[in-house]
Amino acid sequence: MAGSTLTIKDLHVAIDGKEILKGVNLEVKGGEIHAIMGPNGTGKSTLSAAIMGHPKYEVTSGSITLDGQNVLEMEVDERARAGLFLAMQYPSEITGVTNADFLRSAINSRLGEGNEISLMKFIRKMDEKMEFLEMDLDMAQRYLNEGFSGGEKKRNEILQLMMLEPKIAILDEIDSGLDIDALKVVSKGVNSMRGEDFGCLIITHYQRLLNYITPDYVHVMMQGRVVKSGGPELAQRLEAEGYDWIKKELGIEDETVGQEA
Amino acid sequence: MTIETIDKGIVSSFSKEMSEPVWFEELRLKALAEFEELPMPKPDKTKIDKWNFTNFNQHTVKSEAFTSLADLPDEVKALVDAGSQNLYIQRNQTPAYLTLSDELKKQGVIFTDIFTAAREHGDLLKKYYMTQAINADEHRLTALHAALVNGGIFLYVPKNVQITEPIQAVFLHDNNEANLFNHVLVVADDNSSVTYVENYISTMETSNTLANILTEVIANTNARVQYGAVDNLAKGVTTYVNRRGVTGRDSRIEWALGLMNEGNTISENTTNLLGDGSYGDTKTVVVGRGEQIQNFTTKVVHFGKHTEGYILKHGVMKDSATSIFNGIGKIEHGASKSNAEQESRVLMLSEKARGDANPILLIDEDDVTAGHAASVGRVDPTQLYYLMSRGIPKAEAERLVIHGFLAPVVNQLPIEKVKQQLTEVIERKVR
Ligand SMILES: Nc1ncnc2c1ncn2[C@@H]1O[C@H](COP(=O)(O)OP(=O)(O)OP(=O)(O)O)[C@@H](O)[C@H]1O
Ligand SMILES: [Mg+2]
Repeated sequence: MAGSTLTIKDLHVAIDGKEILKGVNLEVKGGEIHAIMGPNGTGKSTLSAAIMGHPKYEVTSGSITLDGQNVLEMEVDERARAGLFLAMQYPSEITGVTNADFLRSAINSRLGEGNEISLMKFIRKMDEKMEFLEMDLDMAQRYLNEGFSGGEKKRNEILQLMMLEPKIAILDEIDSGLDIDALKVVSKGVNSMRGEDFGCLIITHYQRLLNYITPDYVHVMMQGRVVKSGGPELAQRLEAEGYDWIKKELGIEDETVGQEA
Repeated sequence: MTIETIDKGIVSSFSKEMSEPVWFEELRLKALAEFEELPMPKPDKTKIDKWNFTNFNQHTVKSEAFTSLADLPDEVKALVDAGSQNLYIQRNQTPAYLTLSDELKKQGVIFTDIFTAAREHGDLLKKYYMTQAINADEHRLTALHAALVNGGIFLYVPKNVQITEPIQAVFLHDNNEANLFNHVLVVADDNSSVTYVENYISTMETSNTLANILTEVIANTNARVQYGAVDNLAKGVTTYVNRRGVTGRDSRIEWALGLMNEGNTISENTTNLLGDGSYGDTKTVVVGRGEQIQNFTTKVVHFGKHTEGYILKHGVMKDSATSIFNGIGKIEHGASKSNAEQESRVLMLSEKARGDANPILLIDEDDVTAGHAASVGRVDPTQLYYLMSRGIPKAEAERLVIHGFLAPVVNQLPIEKVKQQLTEVIERKVR
């Protein structure tokens, strides 16, 4: 089978009773890279959290499916094992759990009891990926994200992506806070994943990331909806002109959620 | 038997049976005479007046010794290395196994049960036994202990001897009539260093027995003692355990304590930093479960100048367990340029569990630094979400967070096997 398909239909999501997403439609297929852009507070992270199943986000209507399977019925960990991955805007820090132990546990939970990865094989893979991402090998034995700099955390998210090899990945602001060298490394990591079996949804504010990872599709979110879609040229125009022209085109005054068009 | 029925005759005849020197018997009898007048200890925020520390059936039970490590029960085997050179195993009160390497013997290291020590190294024992760290007349339980001590060990490291291999003691509790009045005395003489690790482990259920355990650690000038302990006594054992250290000039005492008793427990750990430039560090992990009530008081008292004291305590509470964590950093007048730091963290796993962290700084000197941090909280749902988003099931994610929370202390334990065992005990308890 050539890749998976994540399908989001008319998705409505509320948090603490307040509706944030108001009918998102999106389809991401294996082999495709999608970028989502949009001003602050327009629902981009909410979309990623709803796809992954964050407990605070309540899906009030609509559907999310992965190859026809109902994602909304799955627990967070089941979604991950089904092939979804979310590189978070703000990764958690977990004391006392080393990066290596955490990743081994994550890999083994996919493989299931009796099929665990051998320690040797795991270490070889982890070393290889860390070298590829130009990470200090000591990071494997550090506690998960604890005391990591902003850039190190982002790099560590990409390390997890490469170790876990999901079918569909969502990267929420993987580029924020990165210096130019780190940006290149992170992009190299994502590009290494590209292929028929890998689909990706990249949330970003900056064209510069998309210079390194060329998207197939670009979407703009405002007011909790995808209000415009296009090709890579759309991102370039946003970079040059900002969002005002879209707002004018669509008659939107305040783009944040909670405002009606 | 209750304490009313323990009289001079019983204590004297036990002392004679153990062929104790006169001074030891006298110390017992004096403590016995004073016992009733003395008040009970008052652990802050835990009422113990209904706890039983004085009623028990047996003062003395006899157990069989082990002729080889192969005879050990599996629970004990899991704790010791097959090739262990420096190991003491006590079964209830009976010295049941002892080995000390020839090299250490040659260097003058003493490692033996407390009764043999009293017979064979009486003068040395007399100098340190309940004279410097803990006094018999502090309160009713120290006096009771002094009168009735029925087990324990003496470890003496002579001047300038550096012991690299850990010394281990296992106190096996496998008789449900046995009450432990156990005394551990560790003396590290000038410029010496030693790592000592002990385990208290029950391998049977018991109802209503008691443990009254005193530990004294003396680190003389420029000595270093690393002291690791895992307490894992059964539910029916009511425990009073007091571990106290005293530092000489430029010496260090580092404690790593896994307090995993299943029964009601009062645990005190104090380091008196007497010598200038000395250093005390206590790391403690605790798991409370069931209905158990526990009180953990960790105290570092600075007397010497330029002394440093650190307290780090992490506790996990589940079911209806109640725990009080008192942390006391005390800087006496004159202990200038000293530093007292402490941190207590409690993780609550159930609605019914109670945890209370009380950091206290008592400072009677201007030219010092001090700090404390304390928190009582629950497993962070965002952390669980993060771990689960990588495919880790919820139960495993919780397990990782809890182990991670305790790891900074568990990792300090100096013997790999004991560390593993503590990890397993924690695993079993938090599941
Ligand atoms: N826990 C919450 N409680 C209330 N409102 C929330 C909560 N989380 C998010 N929101 C609101 O939902 C809206 C969308 O937030 P979201 O994080 O999805 O935006 P975003 O598009 O990712 O923004 P940014 O570009 O700044 O990351 C915002 O108005 C935000 O304040
Ligand atoms: Mg966001």
